[in-house]
Amino acid sequence: MVGAAGTQESEGDPDNTSLAAGLRSLASGHPWLSGTAVVIVVLVASLLIWGPQMDFPTTVSQTEQPAADGRTVVLDQTIREVTGDAIDDGFDWLTEEGDFLFDGVSDATAWLLVRIEDGLKWLPWVAVIAGLALLSFGVGRWKLMAFTTLALLYLGFMGLWSNAIDTIALIVVAVAVSLAIGLPLGVLGARNRLADNLMRPILDAMQTMPSFVYLLPGILFFGLGKPAGIFATVIYAVPPVIRLTNLGIRQVSPEVVEAALAFGSSPRQVLLKVQIPMALPTIMAGINQTTLMALAMVTIASMVAAGGLGDDVLRALQKNQSGNGVIAGLAIVFLAIIIDRITQSIAAENRERLTAG
Amino acid sequence: MTLQEPQIQVEGLWKVFGDDADRVFEPEYESKTRDEIQEELGAVVALRDVSLSVASGEIFVVMGLSGSGKSTLARCLIRLVDATRGAIRFDGEDILEYGPSELTEFRRKKIAMVFQHYGLLPHRPVLDNVAFGLEIQGMDRPARYEAAKAAIETVGLDGWESYYPREMSGGMQQRVGIARALAVDPDVLIMDEPFSGLDPLIRRRMQDELISLEGQLHKTIVFITHDLNEAIKLGDRVAIMRDGAIVQEGSPEEIVTRPADDYVADFVRDVSAAEVAKLRAAAEAVATGGSLEAE
Repeated sequence: MVGAAGTQESEGDPDNTSLAAGLRSLASGHPWLSGTAVVIVVLVASLLIWGPQMDFPTTVSQTEQPAADGRTVVLDQTIREVTGDAIDDGFDWLTEEGDFLFDGVSDATAWLLVRIEDGLKWLPWVAVIAGLALLSFGVGRWKLMAFTTLALLYLGFMGLWSNAIDTIALIVVAVAVSLAIGLPLGVLGARNRLADNLMRPILDAMQTMPSFVYLLPGILFFGLGKPAGIFATVIYAVPPVIRLTNLGIRQVSPEVVEAALAFGSSPRQVLLKVQIPMALPTIMAGINQTTLMALAMVTIASMVAAGGLGDDVLRALQKNQSGNGVIAGLAIVFLAIIIDRITQSIAAENRERLTAG
Repeated sequence: MTLQEPQIQVEGLWKVFGDDADRVFEPEYESKTRDEIQEELGAVVALRDVSLSVASGEIFVVMGLSGSGKSTLARCLIRLVDATRGAIRFDGEDILEYGPSELTEFRRKKIAMVFQHYGLLPHRPVLDNVAFGLEIQGMDRPARYEAAKAAIETVGLDGWESYYPREMSGGMQQRVGIARALAVDPDVLIMDEPFSGLDPLIRRRMQDELISLEGQLHKTIVFITHDLNEAIKLGDRVAIMRDGAIVQEGSPEEIVTRPADDYVADFVRDVSAAEVAKLRAAAEAVATGGSLEAE
């Protein structure tokens, strides 16, 4: 069938050429018509050749293995297996070669986490609540203070205090690492077009990748435990602060940047005295989003034994206890609201100061 | 003044935006208009063989409609835009030859710019805005605040040091812009349509104040505007630009009484020689009177 069509074309049959010419003239007027024609031709041809319900050819090679009963078994090796194996090998290589690095990072994060947890647990809970209430009052007045106090009391009376503190410690470390990575990358992306073009698709991929996937390399590199949780959380939570730092700096009025340059500012002075201060409200919005995403991921990270409130949810799930699930879930919601309102109030204050009149 | 070495001398300056910038200099494009070049090469000729010289202590006005290249010229003088070809001599030195550190030094000490939309830092109060240029130079806080306060006084804003730009009117924000430029005590001021965004009454008052300031300070000023009356009132000499080239340069009287071509003639049609004399006399009076009105 295919061969016949081929010879016809090569012979330059007069009817065929006039048909082709007709198609071409039609296509020049209506581009979508020729597209439709191609699709129909492909559809008909493939139906004729392979028939309906064709499968993708996914097998790369077949190996014959003798089975116990003397017969041979044919094993298919698929494209997916080959690709997955290659990625596995890559991770294995990275785990082995980067061992010293991962160990160092792991030890450092664990050390820091323990300090923060111990510090917060050493403080009497009354002092912690009073301190956070005061902070809430400072940025958000009575309403926020009332909410913060009640929400924290809920955590305490429900017996979730210790796990809540573990979660807070995880968030603090994950956000600190995210900012340490994200702020410089955001600045780089705003100032360098190549870096921006490289980062954009990677960030898109990072944000659409299901968050559970990050747990696996976390375990591979750091083993089960808190460092793996921090790793997965940072990857999940870092994109907003990169994106919004980048955006904030780009949005700074070009005339103000020109003015700074006209007075002889170095690039560093432009960045520190003009761009970052003026981009601060946007950067703060990025930090707010990063923090909330960190909270979401820290909960999931309980699956790699990172601990915290996620543990309570996970246990309720495994034991099919709806009540406990709701109680622990609410605790996470309350924490999220406290963190969100406090960081947003700080951001709003910044924005207010900067709006030009 | 005419015998003096010019402070700024611009020779054969070109600025072409676009990828094919160099092809504009091929002989075949020599006689083509800017629009033709843009159509054929996709390159925009913003400045076309501009030459001019500005004497020390004069106000040199560059006038043109939007798109005439006057703002590009102003930005070339401080190298916010890098010219494609030509030379800009500043006290005899070609600033286009400057490396990064020389350029920084030049911008810090010799020249300052005032912007149409002020270009103030919204997160800083007036005092820190005015002191910005000195802060960039690394001057310590007490010294720069002292200089900034003096500049603020010069533009008549004493008492406003701790206000933020958003709390001030446009005219006052532009005074901050001028004070910021004066605080670094530059040899030359570039003013890019500084009064265009202000309403007419304020604009006239700011013009008078600029004349009176110039009477005390004798800075060299390159002043960009699209307003003929402003050009005549302020300019010791005026250059008129069209499509990136200078079509006429001379004293305000010369421009009005002997327009070089139909374009300039059309421009100055509504202004008589008598009016020029009147405007100049008024400006003269402000300069010698030397009084500063507060807004």
